[in-house]
Amino acid sequence: MTLAFDMILCLMIVGTAAAALLMRNALAAIVFFIVLGNLLGLAWLAMDAVNVAMAEIAIGAGVTGVLLILTRQRLMALGDDLVSAEMPGWLRTGALVACAGFAALIGSAVLSVAPADDLGGSIAALMPGLGIENPVTGVLLAFRAYDTLLEAFVLLGALVAVWSLAPRGAWPQRPAALALAENGGHGVAAAFGRLLLPLALVMAAYLVWAGSDLPGGAFQAGTVLAGGLIIAAIGGAVSWPRADDRYLRVALVLGPAVFLIIGLAGIAQGRFLFYPPGFEKALIVAIEYSLALSIGVTLALQVAGPPVAPDHEG
Amino acid sequence: MTVLLHLYPLTGVALVGLGFYGFLILRHPLRQILAVNVVGAGIFLVLGGLGRGAASTDPFPQALVITGIVVAVALTAFGAALILRVAEDERAPDDKAAAKTTDDHT
Repeated sequence: MTLAFDMILCLMIVGTAAAALLMRNALAAIVFFIVLGNLLGLAWLAMDAVNVAMAEIAIGAGVTGVLLILTRQRLMALGDDLVSAEMPGWLRTGALVACAGFAALIGSAVLSVAPADDLGGSIAALMPGLGIENPVTGVLLAFRAYDTLLEAFVLLGALVAVWSLAPRGAWPQRPAALALAENGGHGVAAAFGRLLLPLALVMAAYLVWAGSDLPGGAFQAGTVLAGGLIIAAIGGAVSWPRADDRYLRVALVLGPAVFLIIGLAGIAQGRFLFYPPGFEKALIVAIEYSLALSIGVTLALQVAGPPVAPDHEG
Repeated sequence: MTVLLHLYPLTGVALVGLGFYGFLILRHPLRQILAVNVVGAGIFLVLGGLGRGAASTDPFPQALVITGIVVAVALTAFGAALILRVAEDERAPDDKAAAKTTDDHT
């Protein structure tokens, strides 16, 4: 029964991925990509990786999907018809052969590794010292906190990179508004956005708190927050802040800064990112709440894109 | 039996192969970004699937995959912004001239 489910799911994943890549229509391709993200979320659930399933569905399907649809719409407004030029048949065949060969190569490498959760046991043995029960949060915020700290800065750096593409005269204005203008759905979108944002805030706060012991955590919470902000922006319930807004800057930097300061304070105790005994959970939760806020705002602004000149807006 | 144990990692391998193929044959940059995301999803499946033990999935690759998903969306956002900027710059030169004049009085 489970095996049948797994096999059907895997077939659907491969089929959906093929559709997402080979559809002629760009919008249809993006929609298939969103379906793919949700199916991958199911696959992670089937693998008992609920933390990853939430991140995959929220970020892989949700935020990336919105980003791709928005980019398509903006490209079309610029006169790009999003048609991929045809490649000569022999080149396509060559690419197919090369990629099939490459996949066969990785496939044989994968088959030579026996799946095992080697680190699961040693991580479980270390968890009681942290005072939290979700091992994935333990890895992200304690055992491999360095990776997560760098990742927070990568996310911030990506937003700076997006902002650096602002056209001349646009800095430091607001990103282009997402609000649906003069559209039949405007009323619904507006009401939905106003309703969803407070719900998203509550859910994000819950996900961080629950993430200590149950599936959840700063990244999932940050994405829920980003989703609420984007929906609210589409409904016109919130408008994007100027890129030099002081509160915005604080919200963006808070998570990485709190993480870095706590990490540096660990040096006084012996080494970078060391949590003093007894304070592990308090510090982890403090880092996670500030990270969730920063991740949420950063992701929402990455979707919004670089600032545009005021006359450009809409 | 070994193939069944490797079901999800091998699905990931199929996604990597498909994604690279899509990246090569699709000539539009937005479609290529989508293809890169498919490759990434495949790599995540390989990583997580190989950490799947009898009782549970190894939390270490899970954490790595979550990190990877977030970095992938950051890359996608930057790529999308780059594509849009290039498309804006390729528009008719009279638009550019108009943009210049707005520059001057801001």
